[in-house]
Amino acid sequence: MQSRLSPCVRRCAGGALALALFAVPALAADAPPVPNKGDTAFMIICTVLVLLMTVPGLALFYGGLVRTKNMLSMCMQVFSTLCLVSLLWILYGYSMAFTNGGALNDFVGGFSKAFLTGVDSTTVAATFSNGVYIPEYVYIVFQMTFACITPALILGAVAERMKFSAVMLFMALWATCIYFPVAHMVWYWGGPDIFGNAAKAVADAVEGEAKIAAQAALDGVLMDAGKIFQWGALDFAGGTVVHINAGIAGLVGCLLLGRRVGHGKEAMAPHSLTMCMIGAALLWVGWFGFNVGSNLEANAFAGQVMINTFVATAAAALSWITVEWLAKGKPSLLGLVSGVVAGLVAITPACGFAGVMGSIVLGLAVSVVCYIFCSGVKNTLGYDDSLDVFGIHCIGGIIGALATGILVNPDLGGTGIPDYISKPGELTVAAYDLTIAFMAQAKAVGLVLLWSGVGSLILFKLVDLLVGLRPIEDKEREGLDITDHGERAYNY
Amino acid sequence: MKLITAIIKPFKLEEVRAALTDLGLQGMTVTEVKGYGRQKGHTEIYRGAEYAVSFLPKVKIEAVVPTAQVAKAVEAITAAARTGQIGDGKIFVSGIESTVRIRTGETDDEAL
Repeated sequence: MQSRLSPCVRRCAGGALALALFAVPALAADAPPVPNKGDTAFMIICTVLVLLMTVPGLALFYGGLVRTKNMLSMCMQVFSTLCLVSLLWILYGYSMAFTNGGALNDFVGGFSKAFLTGVDSTTVAATFSNGVYIPEYVYIVFQMTFACITPALILGAVAERMKFSAVMLFMALWATCIYFPVAHMVWYWGGPDIFGNAAKAVADAVEGEAKIAAQAALDGVLMDAGKIFQWGALDFAGGTVVHINAGIAGLVGCLLLGRRVGHGKEAMAPHSLTMCMIGAALLWVGWFGFNVGSNLEANAFAGQVMINTFVATAAAALSWITVEWLAKGKPSLLGLVSGVVAGLVAITPACGFAGVMGSIVLGLAVSVVCYIFCSGVKNTLGYDDSLDVFGIHCIGGIIGALATGILVNPDLGGTGIPDYISKPGELTVAAYDLTIAFMAQAKAVGLVLLWSGVGSLILFKLVDLLVGLRPIEDKEREGLDITDHGERAYNY
Repeated sequence: MKLITAIIKPFKLEEVRAALTDLGLQGMTVTEVKGYGRQKGHTEIYRGAEYAVSFLPKVKIEAVVPTAQVAKAVEAITAAARTGQIGDGKIFVSGIESTVRIRTGETDDEAL
């Protein structure tokens, strides 16, 4: 059985509350699980929705915020990063994220599935429900879209001043050394059936050596997961893996590259807030694929993830423009779409754990903090995080990740901590303890900040040594569209 | 012949065009320009980054009219372009030495 079962599943989610009432019988050794057609169709659609977030969503969102002369460079960098990382993901990224890494398994997977060895259209990946599987190919591509958008997010922090050659080299290195390991640390685990079967073996074993052996086997199964997963940290759709990870890398990048030529002296107003709005709207639409798809199955619980994603975002948008209205006198469209993105970022880790009202509160809160970082802290400290990748993705991601540890509390309408062990074959809810849950989240945030912060510093330095990060000043003034790509965004 | 150069608020262009047409004046040249006078500029805020925009968008109308009609034309533009708010613009009148209509070779007042 195990040969046909991918151990590459992730996220300890409450994704199966509706199905948890059914005790799924252990799979027969000679009958591989057959994915449900509805789940498969759902995941394929979610996957292309996440693709929509990157192109054209992120490309237009970022592109609209830069000056006319850098519009194409922004689109090119985002689009090319997508293409590059998708291939790396297939060649070895998926294997580094979602297989056992031997001695290094706490931090990174191995190469047993490099070049998709042993994967074909009949292999499957586990979901969050016992006995429910999806085709492994679909799972691989779904995860691939996450691997593609995360590095592309960093580009907003270094916009308008990083050479295309440096971008491509950096992205290959960053995906390999930062994203794939972090995805492994947070999302790699055995899956509901492997947990359940091992727990059942312990329950069935008679006293004595058999019991001890079964317990050891269960411990082994529990340890065959990424470090952050072992800590019990919750991240439904990628608050740590995607947003904190990319956000801190963006901060390191903009500090190392330095400010844009003319920053603080010349006007650098966005060249098209209309494009920016289109991009943000596409991000929101695509984000349903991102968050709801992270449920991995089309069950009733997917509805909760969907509604959380909707209301947190709406609340954050209104919150942002309210703060702005009070502080600066006018509510702006850029403020609104910034709130949209901040809300989406914050609800990402929490969307499968928080209740609906909790999600609204999270949305209201995150925009206030992000606004302070984008409007106040950035200007006070003087770093040029051009499109506020740190202020929105990293800060919003941290707020969301920490809040997940609070909002998961059933007393606050949350789902509770998922438990696949207590009743083997079923998903139950473990006892909630604020300190334990919050500390697990805090440790996860800390490790990702450290891993990505230090790692990105080394990688940016390395790329600077190899090809140089920035164009010469004249070229930067002329704009990267002409100097890097030989074309203009608009000819009229 | 006189050249009337009027700098006005962009949204007033259509009213000014209609007023001049009503006087029987044919033709004008319009340019989108930027500038400032007493109105000065305004402030734009993008996620907390404040930019003082000194040059505001205006429309510049240029029309050459027979000397006899200058006073009426200026009056018409003034009436049509006025909002009473600061930033309504200005009108300049200057002399023109000669005019030629390219198609026919007509000159001066006949060419207007």
